[in-house]
Amino acid sequence: MALSGIQIYKLLPQTNCKECGFPTCLAFAMKLAAKQVELSACPYVSEESKAQLAESAAPPIRLVTLKSDGYEVKAGNEVVLFRHEKTFYNKPGLFVKIDDLQSPEEIKDAIAKADAYQVNYVGIGLGVDGFAVEAASGEAGKFGAAVQAVRSASKRPLILVGSDAAVLEAGLKVLTGETVMIYAADANNWEAMTHLAKQHKAVLAVSAPDVESMAALTEKVKEKGVEDLALAVDGGNLSKMLALSTQIRRLALKKNFRPLGYPTIVFPKNPEAAAQAIVKYAGFIVLDHFAPELVYPLLVLRQNIYTDPQKPIQVQPGVYEINNPQPNSPVLVTTNFSITYFSVANEVEGSGLPAWLTVCDAEGMSVLTAWAAGKFDAERIAKAIKTFSVADKVERKRVVLPGHVAVLSGELEEELPGWEIRVGPREAVDLPKFMKEAL
Amino acid sequence: MPVEIPKDKWPGSVRKVTLGATTAEGGTRGKTVTVGGESSLPFLHFESETPCRPAVAIEIRDRRPDDWSPLLIETWEEVIDDPAKWAKAAEEAGADLIQLTLSLTDKNGNPNTPEAAVANVKAVLAATSLPLIVFGPGQAEMDNALIVPVAEAAKGERLLLGICEDKNYRTIVATAMANGHLVNARTPMDVNLAKQLNILISDMGLPTDRIIMDPTTGALGYGIEYGFSVMERLRLAALQGDAMTQSPMLVTPGFEAWKTKESKVGDGVPEAWGDWLKRAIHWETLTAMTLLESGADILVLRHPESVRRVKAAIEELMTPA
Repeated sequence: MALSGIQIYKLLPQTNCKECGFPTCLAFAMKLAAKQVELSACPYVSEESKAQLAESAAPPIRLVTLKSDGYEVKAGNEVVLFRHEKTFYNKPGLFVKIDDLQSPEEIKDAIAKADAYQVNYVGIGLGVDGFAVEAASGEAGKFGAAVQAVRSASKRPLILVGSDAAVLEAGLKVLTGETVMIYAADANNWEAMTHLAKQHKAVLAVSAPDVESMAALTEKVKEKGVEDLALAVDGGNLSKMLALSTQIRRLALKKNFRPLGYPTIVFPKNPEAAAQAIVKYAGFIVLDHFAPELVYPLLVLRQNIYTDPQKPIQVQPGVYEINNPQPNSPVLVTTNFSITYFSVANEVEGSGLPAWLTVCDAEGMSVLTAWAAGKFDAERIAKAIKTFSVADKVERKRVVLPGHVAVLSGELEEELPGWEIRVGPREAVDLPKFMKEAL
Repeated sequence: MPVEIPKDKWPGSVRKVTLGATTAEGGTRGKTVTVGGESSLPFLHFESETPCRPAVAIEIRDRRPDDWSPLLIETWEEVIDDPAKWAKAAEEAGADLIQLTLSLTDKNGNPNTPEAAVANVKAVLAATSLPLIVFGPGQAEMDNALIVPVAEAAKGERLLLGICEDKNYRTIVATAMANGHLVNARTPMDVNLAKQLNILISDMGLPTDRIIMDPTTGALGYGIEYGFSVMERLRLAALQGDAMTQSPMLVTPGFEAWKTKESKVGDGVPEAWGDWLKRAIHWETLTAMTLLESGADILVLRHPESVRRVKAAIEELMTPA
């Protein structure tokens, strides 16, 4: 937890030498607390104070990064319990698990499919972040071959899953120059696992049944020199998972409790548990199989929850030409909230019918929300039509309002004399039908 | 290593609200459903007991819906033309509550009438012993025209009536007060608007234990993060002791999820979306799941498989680890 200016002041020489550029040590301490200067500006601060200040400046949840050739998955560095307090920063990595009981060929096929997966959501390409390989066979040879098969089909970061350090080592030997996660050290195997993690500069997941034993274990592992850790949260029971995740997050953020200041890793047993992991603090999520119809909603949920609440995703207001519109094509109107824009644009594009899509500046709100907030009214729509010189593009002056704001049609007629005002459907999904039949 | 778990001690709690009335209580329901009563954030049993389990309602219509996904039509095909049979089927599918939505028009396109609305509500009440939620079509004038006669005809049943919003709350609240019902106070995803409507309703004299708050939400991918954060903030305000945010919350993930393209459309969508039926049910279930984590007390759903999955999740969340 960050120290206050007064707490920092107590660690400074208190000589008011002014060499740091500030009139007093207290003034300098205040600037340090506000993170506006570097401690190195003070030439006389003791080594002991330096260490203490560095410790306090460390983030309460350590940033842990898995790396492979060209890819990175980061977790940790979170600062709040609720996204509305600021934002959630590092989206939990979404991994897919495979085990070494299958043949290398089967593994390659399955991994290649998941690796190539990409889905478009509001103009963003989303996909899985990496893979977990489980040493289910218990045989080092088989496991090494499985890891090799995975690595030949995907370059994404890996998590190696097993309880026998000797077997996992066979997997680590296959991989060079990357940061892997080893899952997991527990009360029985932690010494061997820690040794392995240290040797291969890997991130080590730590597993224990409750917060007390987990904290004790991370301390022991840290003493042996491994600091990049992840905390294993049982994904088998929703209630237990929620309690443990909440307790870990609170201890880290509210108490600055270092032994649990690490991102978590969860193996959810079903989609509901995966959704809970996304909204409640998971750092890494490992799915037990790959299915596009499940990965898609999970990726979207993650994208939504990790959106900065202060900055709704917006698109640039303006006229978007869809399917090569002509002077007799209709003018459609919507707001600049990105989800709204993409829902409408995708439908019109998919219909194959041409249109001038006019996006009004509604401060990044959806149609209904913007209308309720007075940011999407007849005046604003008319202003957009005029500012973007829509009249110069069309011969037939015909504008289609979203069905949710049908009530604006009268006012808009007054604002836009000479224009034909039409009321479209409420939902974007019904636009193609409307455009075919009613326009 | 001894670790002291930080526990929040909140001064406030969510009000308990009971839907439905048994014969002894002046209604005809076989049982009642009580929601609310939380004195911590959702399902944190290490902090305090969660006295009431969140309830799952199934949405039915007074007639075959025109704009529902073919997947839903197929699921309910056998009962979709008869609200009484539909209610029965919904009860068998595991619903704790039935939510009947009255349509704007009849199947021939003529405006719905108070007589038809009353007949349908009575038929549903006779077909199921579960407490009933009745929503109008969602246009303030039509809601008033249909909900008032329904409230009178079902006097004493402790129905939950909607849509009760800033435009028509006076009428809906007055009839709820006169006939012993509850209101579903709906506001568009905003903490202050939700609070304000609660104040206006309480000022009319409706006891606060007859108000459910409906902060509205968006589906997964369509603004769920707004609904999620508004609900978290409302719940935190309630726990901090703000009496006008202490109503239990109802949300309609079924309605929201099933109007998205992901659920509604099977053809001509990206291959990356995967299997249509599975995707649609995930969409509804995961929307509901997210809202459950942010404090939902009543979830209105549409597909029986989503109901089964959400109820299983609630069961697990209600059982302390």
